Amino acid sequence: MITVLETGPLNTVQDLGRFGLRNMGVGSSGMMDMLALQVANILMDNEDGAAGIEIQTYPCVLRFDVDTRFVVTGADVGLSLDGVMVLPWVVAQVQAGQVLRIERPTVSARACLAVAEGINVPVVLGSRATQLRGGFGGLAGRVLQTGDMLPIAPSDGPAGFGAVPPLRVLAAPGETRPKSVTVRAIPATDHDHFTASSREHFWGRPWRITPQADRIGYRLRGEPLRLIEPKELRSYGIVPGIVQVPPAGEPIVQMADANTAGGYPRMACVIEADLWRLAQAPIGTDIYFQLCSHAQGVAADVEMRRYLNTLRSMVGYYRASAARQSGQRKHSA
Amino acid sequence: MITTCLAEAISDVPTISAIGTRAILFEAPGEFSMAQQRRIWALMQACEARADIAELVPGVTNLLLVFHEAPAQPEAIIAWLTELWPDLPELEVEGRLFEIAVRYGGPLGEDLHRVAEHAGLSPKEVIERHQASEFTVCTIGSAPGFAYLHGLDPSIAMPRKTVPSLQMQAGTVIIGGPQAGISAITGPNGWNSIGYADVALFDPARHSPALFQPADRIRFYAEGIEL
Repeated sequence: MITVLETGPLNTVQDLGRFGLRNMGVGSSGMMDMLALQVANILMDNEDGAAGIEIQTYPCVLRFDVDTRFVVTGADVGLSLDGVMVLPWVVAQVQAGQVLRIERPTVSARACLAVAEGINVPVVLGSRATQLRGGFGGLAGRVLQTGDMLPIAPSDGPAGFGAVPPLRVLAAPGETRPKSVTVRAIPATDHDHFTASSREHFWGRPWRITPQADRIGYRLRGEPLRLIEPKELRSYGIVPGIVQVPPAGEPIVQMADANTAGGYPRMACVIEADLWRLAQAPIGTDIYFQLCSHAQGVAADVEMRRYLNTLRSMVGYYRASAARQSGQRKHSA
Repeated sequence: MITTCLAEAISDVPTISAIGTRAILFEAPGEFSMAQQRRIWALMQACEARADIAELVPGVTNLLLVFHEAPAQPEAIIAWLTELWPDLPELEVEGRLFEIAVRYGGPLGEDLHRVAEHAGLSPKEVIERHQASEFTVCTIGSAPGFAYLHGLDPSIAMPRKTVPSLQMQAGTVIIGGPQAGISAITGPNGWNSIGYADVALFDPARHSPALFQPADRIRFYAEGIEL
């Protein structure tokens, strides 16, 4: 078990999401920073779909009740195990009774904690992800609370190795500016129904993430965008990343817990390969949207997959080597 | 005559757009009608045969196609959809009939009087007209199991509230513009409440978690009235 000793209000169990149920009104949910979970599961030699804990409010203090291994990825959080500093992105060994403290990150937003074999909450409708709107999945369909106990497995595999964070490997689109992030987006259905100056604005100016930003979506602040003429839309299906513009003109980007249907005009959609960059952008960050073609979006996917595949093969070599060395030690003992 | 045919043909051209790299949105042209909705269901059936589609999300006269992987040639899919649409017939689905007991009015149907006032009717007349219609499930979406119901008597249509109710109970019988529904989850809701029905629209433990499916038919009857 992992026992939650202290937690902010919005931390949940998440996996890669629940798919195939949008037609029943069930959105995908899942870790906001999917890439962080993918990296963590590769490092832990877990199944791709193993669940972790998404931490977005701090500090989060957890006690391990078994000897096992864990890794924290995603945000640049401060970590300490019984008061001794440990590094994010590196697999660590932990003994039963040890306490992990996860402190607020300085520049990013969401940490992902993965353990060997994953957080073993029940699979509901094909996934362990918490569906907050529907009140199911994860731990009892809700956010974590002090005193919660999450089932995990003991493990004694190799530790002390890690991954180079994707931020250092995957080329960031756009210029690097302080407290800002550039994401690539493809024009969507109503793009050309906005005025020319609104379109210019949308692609050229920063959009600040307001405090109304959570797992459902981010409300952005900037000069309002205007349609050439008002448009009444009928309810349509949406996916995370879509940028909609409500009548007041300030856009909303839908995120992991987005509803399955929307009704506002659609300006653009952030490419999947950049959703993790948005997930790591805290409130107050300036978002720049960079116009991107379908081919460029696909190329970004390929680059991300290459990063994960390289990591997977490196981890495979390391594990094989570690197993051989521990076999030799046992043999000579 | 020829020009009329041409105009009709042009007006039947759908809007097809990319939503990111992995989804394509198909929107039927023209006004809302159940006929167009049935053609969307036919399109959905045609799409089900494709192995590259992960999720099909029908909306109100539109369909979102979500692919397993970003398609290499989205133009080819757009061309396929464009070619398919003009010849698609209405898909006649024999939906199941549900009869839902409603406690009209009272604290859970607190907007009944406002709906009546807006319609220039008495609350009793609103209740009678709500019961007189047979509704069709147009699509499921927004919240787990929420059904957009078509078939509301236009005389009791009512625009959504500008200030939503913050804690509307799941099961609240509601009117939002020309559409009707039953709220699926407890939470903020901008639709107008006229009563309450003791039904769970979604239960993850049920064999079929969503109670309703598109094309199902719904009739409401009064189990109680509190004015």
